[in-house]
Amino acid sequence: MTWDWNFAIEVFPEIAGAIWLVIGITLGAYIVSLVFGLALTFARRSSFKPLALATYGFIEFVRSTPPLVQLFFVFFALPSIGISFDKYTAGILTLGIHYSTYLSEVYRSGIEAVPKGQWEAAKAMNFSKMQTWFKVILPQALPPVIPMMGNYLLVLFKETPILMAIGVGEFLQEAQLIGAANFKYLEPITIVGLLFLLLSYPSALLINKLEKRSKRGFRSTKKAVKEMNEFEELKG
Amino acid sequence: MGAIEKDLASKDSLSTLVRYENVTKRFGDIEVLKGVDLDIKPGEKVALIGPSGSGKTTIIRMLMTLEKPTSGVISMGGEPLWHKKSSSGKLVPADEKHLRRMRSDIGMVFQHFNLFPHMSILRNVTEAPIHVLGLSKEEARERAVDMLEKVGLGDKLDAYPEQLSGGQKQRVAIARAVVMRPKVMLFDEVTSALDPELVGEVLEVIKDLAKETDMAMILVTHEMDFARDVADRIVFLHDGQIEEQGTPQEVLENPSSERLQAFLSRFLRN
Amino acid sequence: MMDVYVDIIPKILPGAIITIQLLVASSCLALVIAFIAGLGRVSRFAVVRSLTSVYVELFRGTSLLVQMFFIFFALPAFGFQFSPFLAGVTALGLNYGAYGSEIVRGAILAIPNGQTEASIALNMTRWQRMRLVILPQAIRMMLPGFGNTSIELLKGTSLVSLITLTDLTYKGLMVQNTNISYTFPVFIVLLIMYFVIALPLIFGVRKLEKNASKGVVKA
Ligand SMILES: Nc1ncnc2c1ncn2[C@@H]1O[C@H](COP(=O)(O)OP(=O)(O)OP(=O)(O)O)[C@@H](O)[C@H]1O
Ligand SMILES: [Mg+2]
Repeated sequence: MTWDWNFAIEVFPEIAGAIWLVIGITLGAYIVSLVFGLALTFARRSSFKPLALATYGFIEFVRSTPPLVQLFFVFFALPSIGISFDKYTAGILTLGIHYSTYLSEVYRSGIEAVPKGQWEAAKAMNFSKMQTWFKVILPQALPPVIPMMGNYLLVLFKETPILMAIGVGEFLQEAQLIGAANFKYLEPITIVGLLFLLLSYPSALLINKLEKRSKRGFRSTKKAVKEMNEFEELKG
Repeated sequence: MGAIEKDLASKDSLSTLVRYENVTKRFGDIEVLKGVDLDIKPGEKVALIGPSGSGKTTIIRMLMTLEKPTSGVISMGGEPLWHKKSSSGKLVPADEKHLRRMRSDIGMVFQHFNLFPHMSILRNVTEAPIHVLGLSKEEARERAVDMLEKVGLGDKLDAYPEQLSGGQKQRVAIARAVVMRPKVMLFDEVTSALDPELVGEVLEVIKDLAKETDMAMILVTHEMDFARDVADRIVFLHDGQIEEQGTPQEVLENPSSERLQAFLSRFLRN
Repeated sequence: MMDVYVDIIPKILPGAIITIQLLVASSCLALVIAFIAGLGRVSRFAVVRSLTSVYVELFRGTSLLVQMFFIFFALPAFGFQFSPFLAGVTALGLNYGAYGSEIVRGAILAIPNGQTEASIALNMTRWQRMRLVILPQAIRMMLPGFGNTSIELLKGTSLVSLITLTDLTYKGLMVQNTNISYTFPVFIVLLIMYFVIALPLIFGVRKLEKNASKGVVKA
């Protein structure tokens, strides 16, 4: 038995039809991870030590346990203590929260790269804490880490197949059902792989480009600073 | 060395060790070397001076096979460096095997030392003798300790590069190159990355070395006093060409070209 | 209340052993592949470079679970029948090997050029330069990355439960299936057991990160 083109062409639309569902789940989970990740970052920096410590523990725990088991926990276990979600919400929340721990690291690295002087400057200008964060620190911390953030969108996208374990009809679930019904797995699963490549490879190239551009931007800033200093020296 | 080989070597000493013939080098659109002819005799110490960007580093990097000439021929002991004779007698681009054979006669000390940070000082110096020359561990160690003592670092055998000062690192780098016993040693501004107070100790080591070995040396340097002391000949490079050369007296005290005069006056002013 | 846990843990412990076996076997495979592919990415032969980058892009561009299903369900169409364990190890090894090769490549490229030039000046062969000078320094830089990858790999092992291998996750699902009232504690126990397996890796990474900068040329 080898590749059957007719079968492949026949089942392609059925599998690819899941694309909107997959994109929807990916984006939903990504938004959760962006927002919740930021919350984790703040909580971790909190001056209230128990909160900071608990957040640290939460991040380590969620990061180092399998999202699949977390998915089962959210979908099967939480209802037994009265918290239930439909499978789509469970999927979005699980993936979103799992990757929020990664994004909080990304935010952290961005924030740590902002020079100390910026905090002092904000203080000198009498900014409130909120103003300091949203007007001074984050606008400088985020742009350099945008490529890294984009990268996690891709990682999240590639993690969606695990949702088949709770019956979400994404690509792999569709392929699996078709495979089981026809006793032919090669074509449907290959199609799933192709779909992932088709969707993720161009995005990866885009992110690469972004990364190069942001590095170049960074360098030109450094150059500008140097030139400014030289100019000052000339004047002085 | 057998008696016959010694005989050959002494006859050889009359002729040329390194020869550059109309060598050019371009990086992209920029022609960095515009036809360089240069002969170096066995044992001769040549200082290479010239303004920044004139191509000094490029000249010696090509001899170390770190950079390939665009045209022209560099030869070492009469044999082309970047070419080899094919069976039909034609010159074809050299392969790695040929380059390795040629490299065994050439050593180099770099501006930024390039010591191996993961090895002790002793291992930095014994690594190549053991793996490249095939010496036994004991022989290599003996050679290395001997040399490290000569450069004043006999008490640092087990230290790591990061524990040394710049001047000490550069002395290790010199020992590392010398134990390979090359016929020609290349020095690329070996003191310009050092704090001023450490320059002296490194130059002293090189001076001593120059006095007691029969290795040829090409020394790229901005230290004119050092060049005068150590060199048999000074070559002034300007804009990718040799503008003037001669004994230290001729070049430093009686420069004929205007460019060299300008270059030297800038140095004396500083 | 404690009885529940006393009842659950022995039932899923055999699964933990399978999970650890999977972790060890596929980490070894991934490590070997990471070095082969990582060295391939910096090879001087263009063919080798492009072949390895196709491999890396292929495995990084698709999902681990898809790869596992392909090996387990689709490859039999060509006559390759994998046991669930072998399919799991192969998929995990190939997938994380691809990620690991990026770590290898990155570390090799991060070694300053002066190191290569110094070893050329000492007349080392290409392989000697790699073995004596570049790799010993690069490996130190790779270690934290490998540590992190091994934690990712551990998480990835749970996917083998979907190709019927009785690992920790699968055992948990079995216990939950036979006794619905155990649902909550079972998944709590599962998460904690994965975390316990991960702990030495987490501490290892911490330590490696602290040591990573030692003995490497600082730029
Ligand atoms: N790898 C390279 N790619 C492009 N240009 C290069 C490269 N290496 C050197 N150059 C250029 O070649 C010219 C000569 O360089 P070289 O380093 O030989 O000069 P130099 O005489 O050693 O100068 P310095 O005293 O500053 O060390 C310079 O203009 C330099 O910018
Ligand atoms: Mg130079």
